[in-house]
Amino acid sequence: MNQLQNFTKGFVKENPVFVLVLGMCPTLGVTSTAINGLGMGLATTFVLVMSNIVVSIVRNVIPDKVRIPAFIVIIASFVTIVELLMQAYTPALFESLGIFIPLIVVNCIVLGRAEAFASKNPVGSSLIDGLGMGLGFAFALTLLGSVRELLGSGAIFGLNLIKGDLMLVFVLAPGAFIALGYLIAIMNRLSKTS
Amino acid sequence: MASKTESNFKNMVLTLFLVTGIAALALGGVYSLTKEPIAIARQKKLEAAIKAVLPDFDTIVKKKVPDPDGDSLILYNAEKGGSPTGVAVKTYSNKGFGGTIDIMVGFTEDGTITNTTVLSQKETPGLGDKMKKSKSNFSEQFIGKDPANFKLKVKKDGGDVDAITAATISSRAFCDALQRAYDTYKENQDK
Amino acid sequence: MTMFTIAGSPHIHGDNSTKKIMYGVVIAMIPAMLVSIYYFGFNAVRVLLLATVSSLFFEWVIQKYLIKGPLTITDGSALVTGVLLAFNVPTNLPGWMVVIGALVAIGMAKMSFGGLGKNVFNPALVARVFLLISFPVQMTSWPKPISITKSFVDVITGPTPLGFIKEGLGTGKTVSQLQAELPGYFDYLIGRMGGSMGEVSAAALILGGIYMLWHKIITWEIPVSILVTVFTFSGIMWLINPKMYVDPVFELLTGGLLLGAFFMATDMVTSPMTRGGQLLFGFGIGLITILIRIWGAFPEGVSFAILLMNAAVPLINRGFKPRRFGTNPGVVMNN
Repeated sequence: MNQLQNFTKGFVKENPVFVLVLGMCPTLGVTSTAINGLGMGLATTFVLVMSNIVVSIVRNVIPDKVRIPAFIVIIASFVTIVELLMQAYTPALFESLGIFIPLIVVNCIVLGRAEAFASKNPVGSSLIDGLGMGLGFAFALTLLGSVRELLGSGAIFGLNLIKGDLMLVFVLAPGAFIALGYLIAIMNRLSKTS
Repeated sequence: MASKTESNFKNMVLTLFLVTGIAALALGGVYSLTKEPIAIARQKKLEAAIKAVLPDFDTIVKKKVPDPDGDSLILYNAEKGGSPTGVAVKTYSNKGFGGTIDIMVGFTEDGTITNTTVLSQKETPGLGDKMKKSKSNFSEQFIGKDPANFKLKVKKDGGDVDAITAATISSRAFCDALQRAYDTYKENQDK
Repeated sequence: MTMFTIAGSPHIHGDNSTKKIMYGVVIAMIPAMLVSIYYFGFNAVRVLLLATVSSLFFEWVIQKYLIKGPLTITDGSALVTGVLLAFNVPTNLPGWMVVIGALVAIGMAKMSFGGLGKNVFNPALVARVFLLISFPVQMTSWPKPISITKSFVDVITGPTPLGFIKEGLGTGKTVSQLQAELPGYFDYLIGRMGGSMGEVSAAALILGGIYMLWHKIITWEIPVSILVTVFTFSGIMWLINPKMYVDPVFELLTGGLLLGAFFMATDMVTSPMTRGGQLLFGFGIGLITILIRIWGAFPEGVSFAILLMNAAVPLINRGFKPRRFGTNPGVVMNN
């Protein structure tokens, strides 16, 4: 596998949301608008890249039996750093993402990539893997957020196309499941034909 | 490729100690770096809320006072050039459909409402959240009204307020918060 | 060689065809249809036509271009879904919302699962709940056949009796004070109350229900167990405190209970197969309905109750298996 494939696999073939169906908690929880999806996706990307790099650096130093607690400490540190930075410089976004920022710690994708990829591969490919997976996650969340925002409140990235609300169900929790279900179906269809 | 560290007791304790130690140091560093910007961001948010409900001012005096229900509200006395321009009251209501609602209300010296802004709410999207200015003009009907002769109750309950369609509970909670702010403000005006 | 189409399970033989059953249901809905046209006039016809035509259209389009299966449009199931959808919305609902409802019912609730026989949830109810959550304002302002309360004579739209009671209890009034402002039981029977198009007249719905029972389109277990549960449960609450809880007859006659019990809970695809299962199914619907009506955020809970129990049907079917041919009915099978 070359580095380009390593990077692009996160978008389509192994997309964390549409194919691996990992990290469903933030996927369903925060994607009521496109901007929330993008913010959450980028925050996760940062954590994913940084933790992949660090885990890859220390992969030979950490004894096998304590690798999971060590990984979690590394991930949790980066999540807390993101949380503090967002609180300081993007307070509005931090407020709308709320509890889901600290919850990046328990996002399966982050620990999953650390365990499945970064702990077995050199720093360079781990970085690219983290970046690809993270951006794939951000892409999926932004797409889901855009669909929900468009159908739910007739807007996209906060830009109102229609005055007033549209189908409110898409802003609420059930709409997240419905939209995600149909997006996965469309993705399956597309990857089947291509 | 370097050989993997053996999983014996000494190595495990040592690595975990090192990992947590470095993480703690890094977090401490970031915390001290972001401490000031976070405080500034919070202050800015508060000032923006007060600015939204009061005419321009240059100094604010903060005062915490008890409200009729045994809780307490925060009064922000705004002044410009030494003379008072109005008071912003941070008020709340527990009667919302989705829990507590926090509202900032501005009053002039004689008790007329200058403006209101919703600080936080968990009302149903599309119904109760129309109390927010960005969603509907429900809150505009309070501007320039004096609660002494404008009854802060929805019309269904015999008041003067046009409720949000299909969100009477949220409208009642909004009125409740405003009434609490007004009562507390009036009580503390002379002190 | 002849190819036989295999329909979705259950494969229990009866002399009814899908077509016969579906058109029987349509006939049974005629009295309620006529009542709503009488009270709501042109608007009722408009909603009915829009809902049925768009349901049939979406069924045809999806079958032909997405599923590419045999055309099932004439089996009447889309027609029944369309009429039920119309019955479940207020007659003053904007037309495009009705069309969205039909798309949700046929596309989302039925075709996404693979078409008739494979859907887990009742299509018309999925559409109703989708619309209720999406357009809460339009879905809860019902036009009134006659003035619904003596105190709101001048407005065109008003609450349902259930909504009126729930709202009133919230302001500290007692049930008897509130009921004095509402029309009497005879009015509910003939349809003089606010509500969705098809749910207003209890008498017309009971008539349709009896027709379906008589022609063996539905069996008695589900409607009877729903109604008995609602009556008993609300009766107990009423006996405990008649100031806080309305009497059981009121609970039976108002809202969408009769429509749900006769026409929607009995949907063959989404209800259990055996008698025991059906009784449990009905009990669950009745219980959840009253729980939502008394303690829930919504004044009416029949549609939520039926959908929730729809989800439990596969589990119920596992617990109540049909007796195998030849086994002794007295022997309990341990499997």
